[in-house]
Amino acid sequence: MSAPLTASAATSAIAPGARPVTGFWRRALRHRSFVLGAVLSLIVLGAALLSLVWTPWSATDIDIASKLRPPSAAHWLGTDVLGRDIVSLLLVGARSTILVGVIAVGIGLSFGVCLGLVAAARKGWTEELIMRMSDFTFAFPAVLSAIMLAAVAGPGMVTSITAIGIFQIPTFVRVTRGSANAIWAREFVLAARAAGKGSFRITIEHVLPNILSILIVQATIQFALAILAEAALSYLGLGTQPPQPSWGRMLNDAQTLLFQSPMLAVYPGAAIAIAVLGLNLLGDGLRDLLDPRLARER
Amino acid sequence: MSVFFLRRILTLVATLFAASLIIFLVLDALPGNAAQMLMGADASPDAVRALTVKLGLDQPLTVRYLLWIKGMAVGDLGNSYVYGTPVAGLIAERLVLTIPLAIMSMLITVVLALAAGIYTAANHNKLGDVGVMSLTQVGIALPNFWFAILLILLFSVKLQLLSAGGFAGWDDGIWPGIRSLLLPSISLAVVQAAILARVTRSAVLEVLREDFVRTARAKGLGKREVLWRHVLRNAMIPVMTVMGLQFANLLAGTIVIENVFYLPGLGRLIFQSIANRDLIVVRNCVMLLAAMVVTVNFVVDILYAFIDPRIKVSNL
Repeated sequence: MSAPLTASAATSAIAPGARPVTGFWRRALRHRSFVLGAVLSLIVLGAALLSLVWTPWSATDIDIASKLRPPSAAHWLGTDVLGRDIVSLLLVGARSTILVGVIAVGIGLSFGVCLGLVAAARKGWTEELIMRMSDFTFAFPAVLSAIMLAAVAGPGMVTSITAIGIFQIPTFVRVTRGSANAIWAREFVLAARAAGKGSFRITIEHVLPNILSILIVQATIQFALAILAEAALSYLGLGTQPPQPSWGRMLNDAQTLLFQSPMLAVYPGAAIAIAVLGLNLLGDGLRDLLDPRLARER
Repeated sequence: MSVFFLRRILTLVATLFAASLIIFLVLDALPGNAAQMLMGADASPDAVRALTVKLGLDQPLTVRYLLWIKGMAVGDLGNSYVYGTPVAGLIAERLVLTIPLAIMSMLITVVLALAAGIYTAANHNKLGDVGVMSLTQVGIALPNFWFAILLILLFSVKLQLLSAGGFAGWDDGIWPGIRSLLLPSISLAVVQAAILARVTRSAVLEVLREDFVRTARAKGLGKREVLWRHVLRNAMIPVMTVMGLQFANLLAGTIVIENVFYLPGLGRLIFQSIANRDLIVVRNCVMLLAAMVVTVNFVVDILYAFIDPRIKVSNL
């Protein structure tokens, strides 16, 4: 009984999560791109949360009489062609963006990590099959899957979530399998094996905790990619459907009015760019903070 | 050597078959009856049955799949359900736009990315490096279709230099066509170039640390010569890998960008076909795009072996 205990003690000594929390935050607050990324991401998250309880105006009520108003005290960024308040649309749009992103990354993360862990643990033809399948999935970018799904099942949030989620899987498979293989080669795994642990227990108790920080970093960056994909799909009309506001859809609406109200095309795109930039910086920062070795290799 | 190519080609063929099977199953097996979808919910059952027979949809799935594969082998993709004209012709008409668009954006991407990547690596940690790298960070965050809209705002609405959309065609010579593809290809390229520039920079920096670089400098070669003659060739492997992966994004991007600029390319064709329920056109277009992605990655794999002969051995 004492041998497995030693093995897990060795693991947790190496695991990045085991570092004193205060040390992490002290370093984090000094890391410029982490702080900037965290602030930008929190702004978007805050906007989404705020929209659940309060928006300046209703984001769905149509008021043709006050359409295409310039910015004013009542409508801070003006109104769109249906008289809806731009600020309210942006706030509610943040919610759609985050919802689609979280579910799609969740799909990619859960399937991808499981498959990657199995590939690393089983080796042989199982690994070969999983890796070929994930290479194959790369041939179907989210837009292609969404097109196929929209052709048979109709466009909508579920279509875009599924399409983005599927395209996220192979990236997580590769990252998980690559880093898990590195852990499997370590001495403490050998020790755990000698202590009689099976592949499943080693995977759960040793491999997964040790690759967690890499997965967190990857998930952050994939979240940014999911937001870009969601925006493109709803811009094309394949994703989030009206009246549910979404940033991509707002850009599509704005494009027909470029000559009359050019600013309508600027706000939603800036919102997308802020969200993506924030998550990318956050991911880069986390990578530096959680795994100094990776940071040096870059 | 030949085993390496044989393995790669077998993988390519198997991948293409798998792709065709998935596409066929999703588009033709799941929805039930394409004829019903074409005619709408209130069409009479007799009319739907007649159309089903006319389109050959009454045959078993396996027969239809094999007929499609056979057709692809001889270049006969069947007729559009809506227009009645050959699908191959419809696609060929659109490729005249989509392929030049993809090539132009890839060229702009490579030029921008290599220039920025090599410049920043050569000036590592200096002001220029930090500045260009911050720009690429912003570039990665831009949705390409939004960047396209911003370009339209600047060049078409404000400066009125270029048209906001449409395609001039190739009939009046090559320049009007290229002119109308200029903004679309720039908007596709800038975002991709930002990613590729970062990859190039870190690949070049990696190679600059190698011993043979020091040796080359020690034997009296100038910094510039070492960079061009020794470093770049060795840094190309990761750069090419990412370029291959980016090609998939590029094709997906053309679908989006064609819609921004109202360009009659493959992307627009797919969208019209979805709206028209013309599933046979959607099926063949998606197959073509997937095949392009798979083939480009195959070519990249083969090119590795030429750049770095060690790969052939290690992958046997």
